[in-house]
Amino acid sequence: MADPRHTLAEMARLLASGATSSRELTEAALARIAAADSELNSFITVTGEAALAAADRADAQRAAGKAGPLTGIPIAQKDIFCTAGVATTCASRMLENFVSPYDATVVERLNAAGLVSVGKTNMDEFAMGSSNETSYFGAVRNPWDAARSPGGSSGGSAAAVAAGLVPLATGTDTGGSVRQPAALCGITGFKPSYGRVSRYGMIAFASSLDQAGVLALTAEDAALIMQVIAGFDERDSTCSDQPVPDYTAALEQSVAGRKIGVPTEYFAGLDAACAAATHAALDVYRQLGAEIVDVRLPNLSLAVPAYYVVAPAEASSNLSRYDGIRFGYRAAAADDIESLYKNTRSAGFGEEVKRRIMTGTYVLSAGYYDAYYLKAQKIRQLISNDLAKCFEQVDVIAGPTTPTPAFRLGEKTDDPVQMYLNDIYTVSANLAGLPGISVPCGLVDGLPVGLQFIGSLFDEATVLNFAHVFQQQTDWHTLVPGGAG
Amino acid sequence: MAITRKDIEHIAHLARLEVSDAEVPAYADKLDKIIGFIDTLEQAETAGLQPMAHPLQMSQRLREDAVTATDQRDHYQQNAAETTDGLYIVPRVVE
Repeated sequence: MADPRHTLAEMARLLASGATSSRELTEAALARIAAADSELNSFITVTGEAALAAADRADAQRAAGKAGPLTGIPIAQKDIFCTAGVATTCASRMLENFVSPYDATVVERLNAAGLVSVGKTNMDEFAMGSSNETSYFGAVRNPWDAARSPGGSSGGSAAAVAAGLVPLATGTDTGGSVRQPAALCGITGFKPSYGRVSRYGMIAFASSLDQAGVLALTAEDAALIMQVIAGFDERDSTCSDQPVPDYTAALEQSVAGRKIGVPTEYFAGLDAACAAATHAALDVYRQLGAEIVDVRLPNLSLAVPAYYVVAPAEASSNLSRYDGIRFGYRAAAADDIESLYKNTRSAGFGEEVKRRIMTGTYVLSAGYYDAYYLKAQKIRQLISNDLAKCFEQVDVIAGPTTPTPAFRLGEKTDDPVQMYLNDIYTVSANLAGLPGISVPCGLVDGLPVGLQFIGSLFDEATVLNFAHVFQQQTDWHTLVPGGAG
Repeated sequence: MAITRKDIEHIAHLARLEVSDAEVPAYADKLDKIIGFIDTLEQAETAGLQPMAHPLQMSQRLREDAVTATDQRDHYQQNAAETTDGLYIVPRVVE
């Protein structure tokens, strides 16, 4: 009844037919977490009692004929989303004891749709990392190989879904933090356009890049959840009032005659086996009648360095709020306000977060602002222009999500630049604000790799459509760590 | 360019971070790598490009100047390290 690999859509059908209950699904999810998560470390907080109470409410709603299509399905929330009355840590010592007084819009909308949150997932501290190793609560392990990273920053959400603990978890994507862990854990990761989903109550990292997203088993499930969370919210001044289309209705559209742009720059220096997996995936679309077109992104190599100016600059500003006074960790010893700030922030933040605050402070400081920050913003425009030019020719851009499959824990922690280069294929979509998705497209040395689609601004429907069509033709998304199923 | 001890101390102060003497070499080494990496931007041709601060061409939304929030001070202050009579307690700032 509670097959861990049931998708959201399948669970919805089972619930609608009366074949299972929310309590049964929720109890099964909690049991799987209890059995598996001491090794995976994918959750920071498990809210078992509250989840079972919510499940019972969902079952009562269904019995009364008041259930929505997703009422009663257990999911998990990345611990960057504020959840009223529940610890919201952002995987930082700074917020270890922070209990949010309110719900993020994403949380509020999922609760209102009857979804049952079983807990908060582990992540890189303040979402700053590509490996989940910067979490104050310890690294998450990749369900495919416990010695490897699940990717980051939404690594807990990705590992929890890949291991079948929950069918879906929320994530956030500032430079690839949904798509990269999805690729490395063999699941589907979807980042909507900037402004499509409210950032209210989503703890800020880099406000012009941050966007809520979904880690799921299928593109169809991502579309179902997008229908719940997308759309205008007056509490986020950058949330778009563009009408939200019917994402599920668009899933089945034929790709015949449509154009997929593949940037030639994507393949310079790409691992050969990853390149082969990408080409094999593109062949699936050729057979379906899509046209594969070479496009150019001549400034691709500037995307990561530009991102690592803009993101830390915004982070250094956003994280100035952690002063030990109104909320969060406060260092004990301090005789004056200055030492209270410094001691609190030095002990409350981890190494990578402090490094990014320092980088951001440096690029914004007197004498360096023009050379770094302003220059990076111009390059952001250049990259955005290059992508816009591609979309004059093609419907979507496709390529690999990551340069390699999952790397070993500890492999890249000594050299921040090597870690940052993981983001080469993902950051451009954030710089330009575009929607992107990663779908599993093969195995390299027994580890999953992802195919990424990037769409034009607010065209989530096309991205989800291309991903869904692939999952109708291939079985990569049904592969389970360990080989069973 | 090499990041000096003085640079680290200056940046740390601006960011209100305490960096101990023992930590300076590790910070200098890693920040050197990061700055070296972002220095590659310098060669890019950006003449005529407007700096892009944000992905959306939008202007600030305005709303009626009406009271919408209720007083939740006690609720919010539960997350503070130290409060008295609704006030946040900090070390003496004004002598």
